[in-house]
Amino acid sequence: MKGQCVDQQVENEEIEISLLLEAIYLKYGYDFRGYARAHIKRRIMHQMALADLSNLSELQHKILYDRGFFYKILPDFSINVTEMFRDPSFYMTLRREVIPILKKYPAIKIWHAGCSTGEEVYSMAILLQEEGVTDNVQIYATDFNEAVLAQAQQGIYPISSIKEYTYNYQRAGGSGSFADYYTSQIDSVKIDASLKKNIVFADHNLVTDGVFGEMNMIICRNVLIYFTRKLQNQVIGLFVDSLCPRGFLGLGSKETIRFCEHAHKFESIAEEEKIYRKLIK
Amino acid sequence: MKTMSYEAVVIGASAGGVEALSKLLPLLHPRLPMPIIVVQHMSTRSDHYLTQYLDRICQLSVKEADEKEIISPGFIYFAPSNYHLLIEMDRTFSLAVDERVSFSRPSIDVLFETAADVYGRSLIGMILTGANSDGSRGIHKIKQYGGLAVVQDPLEAEIDKMPKSAIQSTEVDYILSLDKIGEFLNQFI
Ligand SMILES: C[S@@+](CC[C@H](N)C(=O)[O-])C[C@H]1O[C@@H](n2cnc3c(N)ncnc32)[C@H](O)[C@@H]1O
Repeated sequence: MKGQCVDQQVENEEIEISLLLEAIYLKYGYDFRGYARAHIKRRIMHQMALADLSNLSELQHKILYDRGFFYKILPDFSINVTEMFRDPSFYMTLRREVIPILKKYPAIKIWHAGCSTGEEVYSMAILLQEEGVTDNVQIYATDFNEAVLAQAQQGIYPISSIKEYTYNYQRAGGSGSFADYYTSQIDSVKIDASLKKNIVFADHNLVTDGVFGEMNMIICRNVLIYFTRKLQNQVIGLFVDSLCPRGFLGLGSKETIRFCEHAHKFESIAEEEKIYRKLIK
Repeated sequence: MKTMSYEAVVIGASAGGVEALSKLLPLLHPRLPMPIIVVQHMSTRSDHYLTQYLDRICQLSVKEADEKEIISPGFIYFAPSNYHLLIEMDRTFSLAVDERVSFSRPSIDVLFETAADVYGRSLIGMILTGANSDGSRGIHKIKQYGGLAVVQDPLEAEIDKMPKSAIQSTEVDYILSLDKIGEFLNQFI
């Protein structure tokens, strides 16, 4: 391709993607307009190729007129890759620095925003159990992708990932035997029902839904990296409003609130692990 | 050659890459006017050791790319292990934890393809040693968008599969040894 054609093509693709995201928002209410563009573009181009369409306008037409098609490709816009005790040092730090403080409260509310298929939530449940926090604790686990929420609720995971999860668990300071937390089936494991008793799973969209009241701790990991700075500000604003005074916020290892407009409302508890605490004023 | 100006260099390396990069990157002149952006496949549990080490031995500053960071000359950026590295139109980085692409995260293809969108014909793509074919799609797109494709000489590469696969995927502009790649880049200062 000649230089100018390329520039023109890339420019037009940008415009068509903006239009497509606008169309999805107007038609279905899902708002991807503030998602990091390079990423959302890759997903869209991938779907366009899979559907055997030759340009973005055709894809837009199909998305608008074929509801079934939209709901079929929707899950591809959300990346659900996750694991138990992902970044073990994060959980180790929670165990050592945060749980001892939370334990002093009469009741604890924890929100996992963007919980995907639930591995992160059960990791927290294990941690709490091992630290003796079993009563008066409520975990809200939310995601905007209903399919992954249903999986999260089931708590059934492929047996092939257990080796890695066990390794993670041990490095996260696990004090028991990881095998005590699941029962093995043929090629899968089922999370022990006792871990589920304090968890509520719910549909919640961080972009378009509201505050999730008076939380003592919010965990939102590897979700904000998919958002533009502007949307990150908006969502962290939502967290500020959802946290009680001195509430904790835990982000993914490559996410930080340092450059966000709400940064001054938090102190850093463990910068390396991206664990912050809301200031009183 | 010298008349053309380039805005960025993307480099992909896999098996044997740590040695190759330790040889190539220290050769680069501190006043090189374009940023260097690197994907080196690593084991998932590796830490920041590589960038710290390279920063000590290179004349340019070496660091892991942060999400939303503005891409600037004077730096050699590395994709953090376990994250894909993407480039946005406003010349900042994005990170993603999507599935592996060609069995890899970070993936060379993901970096190269997004870089081609942003830099078009002012991009240089380089494929070094490696035992898989990640980067071949990416280097093809870079060429298609008018950029320049450089591949490490398979005869010199510790593992020649990745360079060979890149050469098969597209008509590359230069096949060079690491020393020559260093000289080639330094001519742009
Ligand atoms: C990469 S996963 C992270 C899972 C888990 N927190 C972890 O770190 O392992 C990102 C999750 O964010 C969810 N997500 C993306 N956009 C969202 C939104 N607007 N509202 C709620 N959840 C969202 C996706 O559905 C996906 O499950």
